[in-house]
Amino acid sequence: MGQAYSAGLTVTDSIVLRKERILPLKGQVLVKKGDMVKADQVVAETLLPGKVVPFNLANKLGVTPAQLATYIKVQPGQQITKDTVLAANKGLFGLGFLKSEVKSPVDGEVENISAVTGQVLLREPRIPVQVKAFIDGLVTDVIENEGVIIENKSAYIQGIFGLGDETVGELKMLAETPDDELDPAKIDESCRGKILVAGAFLHFHAIDVARKHGVKAIITGGIDDQDIKKLLGYDIGVAITGHEKIGLTIVCTEGFGKITMAQKTFDLLKAFNGRKTSIHGRTQIRAGVIRPEIIIPLDFDANELITKEASLPILEPGTLIRIIRQPHFGRIAKVTALPEELTKVESETLVRILEGEFEDGTKFSMPRANVEVIES
Amino acid sequence: MQYDEKRLTRIVATDCGSTTTKAILIEWVDGEYRQTIRGEAPTTVEAPLNDVTKGVINATQELEELARLKYKNPNLKFMENGEFVIPRKGDIGVDAYVSTSSAGGGLQMMVTGVVAAMTGESAERAALGAGAIVMDLIASNDKRMNHEKIERIRQLRPDMILMAGGEDGGTVKHVVEMAELVAGADPKPRLGSSYKLPVIYAGNKDARDEIKNTLAEKVDLIVTDNIRPKLEQENLGPARDKIHDLFMEHVMQQAPGYNKLMEWTKGPDLQNVPIMPTPAAVGNIMQAIAKEENIEVVGVDIGGATTDVFSVFTEEYIFNRTVSANLGMSYSISNVLASAGLDNIMRWVPFDINEGELRNMIKNKMIRPTTIPSLLEELVLEQAIAKEALRLAFEQHKEFASGLKGMQRQRDISEAFSQSTSGATIVNLMTLNLLVGSGGVLSHAPRRNQTVMMLIDAFLPEGITRLAVDSIFMMPHLGVLSEISTKAATEVFRKDCMVYLGTCVAPVGKGKTGKPALYAKLEFADGRKFEEEIPYGEMRLIPCGEGEVAKAHLKTSGGLILDKDKNRELTIDLHGGKVGIVLDTRGRQPFGLPTEKQERIAALKKWMNELNAYPKDILV
Repeated sequence: MGQAYSAGLTVTDSIVLRKERILPLKGQVLVKKGDMVKADQVVAETLLPGKVVPFNLANKLGVTPAQLATYIKVQPGQQITKDTVLAANKGLFGLGFLKSEVKSPVDGEVENISAVTGQVLLREPRIPVQVKAFIDGLVTDVIENEGVIIENKSAYIQGIFGLGDETVGELKMLAETPDDELDPAKIDESCRGKILVAGAFLHFHAIDVARKHGVKAIITGGIDDQDIKKLLGYDIGVAITGHEKIGLTIVCTEGFGKITMAQKTFDLLKAFNGRKTSIHGRTQIRAGVIRPEIIIPLDFDANELITKEASLPILEPGTLIRIIRQPHFGRIAKVTALPEELTKVESETLVRILEGEFEDGTKFSMPRANVEVIES
Repeated sequence: MQYDEKRLTRIVATDCGSTTTKAILIEWVDGEYRQTIRGEAPTTVEAPLNDVTKGVINATQELEELARLKYKNPNLKFMENGEFVIPRKGDIGVDAYVSTSSAGGGLQMMVTGVVAAMTGESAERAALGAGAIVMDLIASNDKRMNHEKIERIRQLRPDMILMAGGEDGGTVKHVVEMAELVAGADPKPRLGSSYKLPVIYAGNKDARDEIKNTLAEKVDLIVTDNIRPKLEQENLGPARDKIHDLFMEHVMQQAPGYNKLMEWTKGPDLQNVPIMPTPAAVGNIMQAIAKEENIEVVGVDIGGATTDVFSVFTEEYIFNRTVSANLGMSYSISNVLASAGLDNIMRWVPFDINEGELRNMIKNKMIRPTTIPSLLEELVLEQAIAKEALRLAFEQHKEFASGLKGMQRQRDISEAFSQSTSGATIVNLMTLNLLVGSGGVLSHAPRRNQTVMMLIDAFLPEGITRLAVDSIFMMPHLGVLSEISTKAATEVFRKDCMVYLGTCVAPVGKGKTGKPALYAKLEFADGRKFEEEIPYGEMRLIPCGEGEVAKAHLKTSGGLILDKDKNRELTIDLHGGKVGIVLDTRGRQPFGLPTEKQERIAALKKWMNELNAYPKDILV
């Protein structure tokens, strides 16, 4: 077999990107097709339904659910404020002695009153939600009431794992080589609002210092599992991340442990030192794979925005690969052959292998499943 | 609708999993149904391709290519112009195409009940039996405040909700209150906002009108028979059927490419064969086999993200299925570490390893789930993790697979002093006949001996239990195939799907290490004999091939027992398999490993050596 499909992460100095920016519920789109937008510009907004506050009004009033209708003072759909009287009884002998009334605990609207259970649902005021552009670019399509498609040309790096949500800042190289460990002493006030590039690794202390200096994000080759636990206060069981509120965003390009950042990734980040960058740590490995992204917008002409047809990365002789499991974890190599027959590896597993060559000329073979294609 | 071999001579069945679409070819060859060829391709339900049929076409193309090679017939073809040709015309086409699916995260449901341990549990059982992942069970008595329940319902975004609660004629208040909470949450379906969320109501029939008043405007409400019409009666069928209908109508319709795939799945007279959720299909085939052979079965499928356990127990063939949604060998591997704890994993590892390295290795597997262990040490570690994932999943299953809770039971005098209560587990390892494993780590272990070791260490079978593995995880395909031909499904199951590994003999009880535990005398058809007084705390592997039977005389010492009747002496036939007969005198109830590290490592090495689980050089 001359070629095979393989997983891969994209690292490229120029790609046409297409980002859907969609509201969680239908709402209003604030830009139009053809508009140039900036990353922090709000492109669509909506109001999410407010929190529902349920409570048993019949019990509070000391009547049966069926009797509630006699005493209720509001109706479904009615706007209420805190302390609006929801229901009141007539007091002793109907003369107002020992009269009791129940007031609303919140501002909002009456959603439902049940004569079966005596339960009342109140809904708090709606919560505004905004969607920002996240990347500088051109609005190429508007999905009515839902959101927009933004396109641009960017230098683009997919990470393997991340923490924290979308943010935008200026890229700042703190590493001199891709196998550097991030020295906390290098992080000072000049890093405020920036996206720092570490090399192979950073310790918890460095993250802590970065947070104190208002760093927006850190890009690193590897990170230690126990440092993440310390950072979050819990162990990550399933890789669905991006929602963490840890004060900054972290993107790993290689994996867990100290792993030298791929030279290509490092060189690309170095070349764009000082440039405005959009970044997020969202990772979802199950169903609907989402990987962290580092996006550095480039100048472009509208007619350059032609996206390539989607395809799976192909493994063939000459393909540049990264090894993603022991042995040789993290090393970059070139495929030299893809033998067809199944081969027994050290663990005695029978697998399809590939033969490859490292940059220094050493040859090796390993399961095809343990490499990823470096796309460009 | 069932068809015979005149109508069904060549069938393609696919299982569209989250990552891989697996296709098999089943043919009528020399008077019997056989699975002849398999192919696979990456599933294409997600970006960039967003069309599940692309993966099906790729997997079927591989089948075609391999079939042409096998039969040296370049004209063989199952598809033309990107679609199956049905029925078959000579070399071209197939007589049926059937499929299961768990792609796109499978079927995700939320269930509600009034009392969590009663109607809530019945609803959960119905949903799980229909092949769903239950995201949460919300019940009136689950100790959460009502506003918390509403928030939870709103966050979840399931594919559908199943509501149960109340016996027919009982109080309506609690189940209506639950409906009010669902209405208040105004839940939205997971896939797309263009349709209303399907909600199945299967509770007290007297509450139907109130439920309609409360929910009909907000959701797509479907009413069906009460799942628990009486406290002592469970009626899961109607709710399960509705779940399957809705799975096809709503969930599948939303997943990319499924509209097309649903049109493709057809029998020889072009009648549609519905796509089945993968676990529901596995349940189908397991029940068929248990009934046909009159045995009790436990099956496990350990995947990358989830572990499913299926069981058929008691004379009524009661079927149970559980999904441990976050126990798996790749996506969820890190959660196995979090749930089991590092010590429980390390207790199965016969060498020292740096804890930090192991943790990072596990996390790296999580973020790169498709990699495979090429170093022996990594394989041993993955198999240690698998034992714990299986153990935890089986514990959850045992807890769930129980008799109905809340029933009043008349006790006779012999039971009056026993501790048994309603709702005790029906899983009895002592009466279990067959334990079947499947999923990558079990089916593709480099040595079948490792599969035997993992099954025994994780499930701790008691008494006499046959062990098997589903060769290429064909059970889903056969489960859906049984909808059009039970004959084809069961024949292929026996001949090609099941790989019998052997039999495990494990006396139950506690003994003293080194003291006599089991006298075993085995006689084989070829005149070979095995005879030994095996001390407590040992394992023996006696070769006995597939199809071979050993006449065994077994006798225990020190109060250990061999079967449900507490016999200490048995003369019995033991079936062989790819691995052989394992005599395990390490004890059960309790089973324990030495607590001191060096002692434990020495014991593990001894057992692994005896089972020939790994190359000798790693076990010195």
